[in-house]
Amino acid sequence: MYGEKYRSIEDAIARVKPGSRIMVGSFGLAGYPEELIEALAASGTGDLTIISNDLGAPGIGLGKLLTNNQIRSLIGTYYNWNPEVAVAYNEGRISVKLVPQGTFAEAVRAAGVGIPAFFTPTGAGTELATGKETKEFAGRACVLEESIHADVALIKAYKADELGNLVYYKTARNFNPVMAMAADTVIAEVEEIVPTGSLNPECIVTPHIYVDVLTMRKS
Amino acid sequence: MQVILEQQAKERIASVIARYFDRKAQDGRLFINLGVGIPTMVANYVTNPHIYIQAENGMLGVGCAAPEGQMDHDLINAGRTCITETPGCSYMDSAASFGMIRGGHVDATVIGAFEVDQKGNIANWIIPNGKQLGVGGAMDLVTGAREVVIAMQHSSKNGKAKLVKQCSLPITGIGEADMVVSEYAVFVFEGGKLVLKEIAPEISVDELRGITEAEFELSPDLHSM
Repeated sequence: MYGEKYRSIEDAIARVKPGSRIMVGSFGLAGYPEELIEALAASGTGDLTIISNDLGAPGIGLGKLLTNNQIRSLIGTYYNWNPEVAVAYNEGRISVKLVPQGTFAEAVRAAGVGIPAFFTPTGAGTELATGKETKEFAGRACVLEESIHADVALIKAYKADELGNLVYYKTARNFNPVMAMAADTVIAEVEEIVPTGSLNPECIVTPHIYVDVLTMRKS
Repeated sequence: MQVILEQQAKERIASVIARYFDRKAQDGRLFINLGVGIPTMVANYVTNPHIYIQAENGMLGVGCAAPEGQMDHDLINAGRTCITETPGCSYMDSAASFGMIRGGHVDATVIGAFEVDQKGNIANWIIPNGKQLGVGGAMDLVTGAREVVIAMQHSSKNGKAKLVKQCSLPITGIGEADMVVSEYAVFVFEGGKLVLKEIAPEISVDELRGITEAEFELSPDLHSM
């Protein structure tokens, strides 16, 4: 009744294997796939690389995966909302790669649209450009940044149709649409699944070609 | 020199920047991005209806903070404060939002800073003390916005000058600062030099030099804040 892509939250999260690179949409606690993350935490699947803007809060949202020691490395932009990240990093329990937020979003988008790397002025001359190629364009120093791809993307959308077309809600959109393009397997958690044809085609943000698995929140 | 208390300092900085934007918006629409802290307060003081606020987490047309009881946790600004919509507002994904910033479509960003030096270098993303681990959109904003306005108290909590000869903390962007507004003064960077444009009535130029490590020149039209 929800289309061919529909799976339960548990069945969907079983696709995440130990050691995977997982991309997760979120900005703080806005627009993150809460029930998929709860199920991932419950599964205990470990050795994960988590690619996300931030890591929620201590023990909350994505923070739960760190509290559970399921994370090996992080790629993201801002971990000051979850002080447990700096502690784990200082103790050598995880590796962390910081990327400026706009570069991070663009690197994810680039992976999704087949661009392996790009030059950007952001970060030129700063610590975060250390070890990266820098080149001048029109008199401006630019840093070579590589695209960021994942094995699995866990994204949150507001509504889907049975084919997997997605629409989003307010600032819960954030990184979700670009992450939906940048992983081998894309699992979307939505609040409602409607019959195909009932979403306005002009308003669909993520076309169903990108979506592999649809899950629906229980609450 | 008369000491200005913290809350009054913050309100003055925000209102001076708002006044600057109100004037600028007389020439047409003005798109601004506001950082966390004093910069967010600027929104409370602007009056020109042609000013539109952008939030880098994916919104153009940010309204005031959401009142108690009307908070939607999926409608937030980059400081994670629940906000409201304005008529004509729109949402975009993070790549499009930073594209808007990096592409030079946002007229100005207002951000705080730990240090700004006399060459316009900004240090505002990390104090390397082992407790912080994050850059967020700071580097993208100072690089991408057409004008970078620094909103900061003149001295640090332990009395150290924040306008310095050379940044000692890791920098966010090279030579990106265009204007610095503190409770005591308004400075602009002109021709690679720091120039004092406005000064508060509570302080003399000599006293200002005493609490400012950076070297600065006086604008020919220097006036009171």
